[in-house]
Amino acid sequence: MMDARRKANLGALLIAAALVLAPVVVGMSFGNAWVRILDFAVLYVMLALGLNIVVGFAGLLDLGYIAFYAVGAYLYALLASPHFGLHWPIWAILPLGALVAGLFGVLLGAPTLRLRGDYLAIVTLGFGEIIRIFLNNLNAPINITNGPKGIARIDSLAIAGKPLAKGIEVFGFTIPGLYLYYYLFVALALGIVFVTIRLQDSRIGRAWVAIREDEVAAKACGIDTRNVKLLAFAMGASFGGVAGGLFAGFQEFVSPESFGLMESIMVLCMVVIGGMGHIPGVIFGGVLLAVLPEVFRHTAAPMQQWAFGKVVLDPESLRMLLFGIALIAVMLYRPAGLWPDPRHRRELAARR
Amino acid sequence: MPFFFSSSLAPQAAPSGGGVYHRAVDILLQQIFNGLTLGSIYALVALGYTMVYGIMGLINFAHGEVVMVGALSAVAVMKPLADSGLPGPVILLIALLVAVVVCMCLGFSIERIAYRPLRGAPRLAPLITAIGVSIVLQQLAMLAWGRNYHAVPTLLPAGSHEVFGAQVTELQVIILVVAAVTMAGLMLLVNRTRLGRAMRATAENPAIAGLMGVDVNRIIATTFVIGSALAALAGVLVSANYGIAHYHMGFMLGLKAFTAAVLGGIGNLPGAMLGGVLLGLIEALGAGYIGDLTGGFLGSHYQDVFAFFVLIVVLVFRPSGLMGEKVSERA
Repeated sequence: MMDARRKANLGALLIAAALVLAPVVVGMSFGNAWVRILDFAVLYVMLALGLNIVVGFAGLLDLGYIAFYAVGAYLYALLASPHFGLHWPIWAILPLGALVAGLFGVLLGAPTLRLRGDYLAIVTLGFGEIIRIFLNNLNAPINITNGPKGIARIDSLAIAGKPLAKGIEVFGFTIPGLYLYYYLFVALALGIVFVTIRLQDSRIGRAWVAIREDEVAAKACGIDTRNVKLLAFAMGASFGGVAGGLFAGFQEFVSPESFGLMESIMVLCMVVIGGMGHIPGVIFGGVLLAVLPEVFRHTAAPMQQWAFGKVVLDPESLRMLLFGIALIAVMLYRPAGLWPDPRHRRELAARR
Repeated sequence: MPFFFSSSLAPQAAPSGGGVYHRAVDILLQQIFNGLTLGSIYALVALGYTMVYGIMGLINFAHGEVVMVGALSAVAVMKPLADSGLPGPVILLIALLVAVVVCMCLGFSIERIAYRPLRGAPRLAPLITAIGVSIVLQQLAMLAWGRNYHAVPTLLPAGSHEVFGAQVTELQVIILVVAAVTMAGLMLLVNRTRLGRAMRATAENPAIAGLMGVDVNRIIATTFVIGSALAALAGVLVSANYGIAHYHMGFMLGLKAFTAAVLGGIGNLPGAMLGGVLLGLIEALGAGYIGDLTGGFLGSHYQDVFAFFVLIVVLVFRPSGLMGEKVSERA
């Protein structure tokens, strides 16, 4: 029999192996398009983890989270593209992106501290829309964001001066760019996971949960609810900012279209469907909801061919239809999410 | 996302004549009137949000899509009937009736399928099913009616009158009157009838209402059905006003109406009406004057920013909306 420690080590090793091999396996069996989907899935996991701090830990419903992603992405786009002729390196932009997005988080949080529940939801939603509308229109009188056309020809992510997109040769093998992006994203996502876990087990993490469960009681226990809530907004936002920067460098193009309300809702769905406040659940939710619509995209047409001999319904519609039905079904059968926090579940069970 | 409501709000040409001062007043009046028309439609939709919220504490995100289904099913009835020789108002009434019935059934099914099983579930679960329902409805509408914009047949005489220098179309007057009458009827229903009393009791406390002999399930279903009927009416009015209907029209309209409901104080019926009308006015005036206010720096594309900005400012100073009751901290 193994003792617990060796078991944990083995588990970590297995997870590491799976993470390293995932793009290889996916790329070999389904093609590089799916590696790209995997890259996006990791970005979404980062977003979901960031939103999880605000919604899952602190219990503050945020419907405009994608705004921070937009801030990070546009910061990268402005500082590393021919638009302003600036070409800053990634290690300067990403921390700056986290900082600026965090500031925006405080900017959003400060006036809304007194709001509760659904009032907060609509204000965050409005904030998200305001950011998007500004991005869409700040091309006149001074051209800052280039308006609806977006910013193109952004420098691709580069490490030590080597753009990842071109791939790197190791021992005669060329590791393609998509794989390198994946490894970079996973490394940063792991960093975010680490920070989130440490936060969760810290004094601050407990203060967040206390506010989520009962704000008045938390206040009575001496928690500075104002600062702790602001910190939740700032932390969540800064993760979103980092993910946004990576997105801009990965796509090499940003436009306001990528940051609509639907994206915010998508990230919220990842958090809730995975299991609010439970880190493995949220990661699972992020991967699932990033990959599932793509699976539908690739199967919607062939499935109909097979069943009816022709394409009856517009595949794009069918894909979203199935996605909507999946959202409803998951919530009806697992209202606490697919992989909820066992501790939280115990508490809920005790209360009934 | 097509910005369905932006272009139509551009200031209409003011009648010429009179001094600069008079023209400015005319444009102001025009904007106020356009804002009132738009606002009364917002108010009808906002009532649906606020009724459901008041009774269940749930943001019914799918409500905007119900409006869209109402509008498109009305257009589907109008199109074949338009050439039948029936008088325009009769066709319009038939279409309205069909839309209301379709939406009532829809509202009933939505509540039964997506919300009722989740009572007592974690707070965000019904929010996600609402989003799911909204996506499903939108896609079904797209499959049924396609991606195209549908022109709404002109069924009413398109006359307009000059009122204090502002051009007021007959359609706008009809919209205002219909909205006002409907809202007055709703207030009577809620405040004066047995059903209304049961609704208010359920909103206050479902468990106690149940003990007092109120069939809570039936009341909640009825609330959904009434809200959906209002949505259908709003859908018909808004598509008649702009002359088009589209499978994507519900999203932005729903968002605005929800904003209006929150602005007025969600859960409060007069609040929703006030919020709707205010939002309509803010948008129309904001779109018309934002350029002048900021010295041309911000144009009328910032109309939506204006609405949300006002919302945020109002909520900062009155965290439960303009007419919302002060909820105790432990509510």
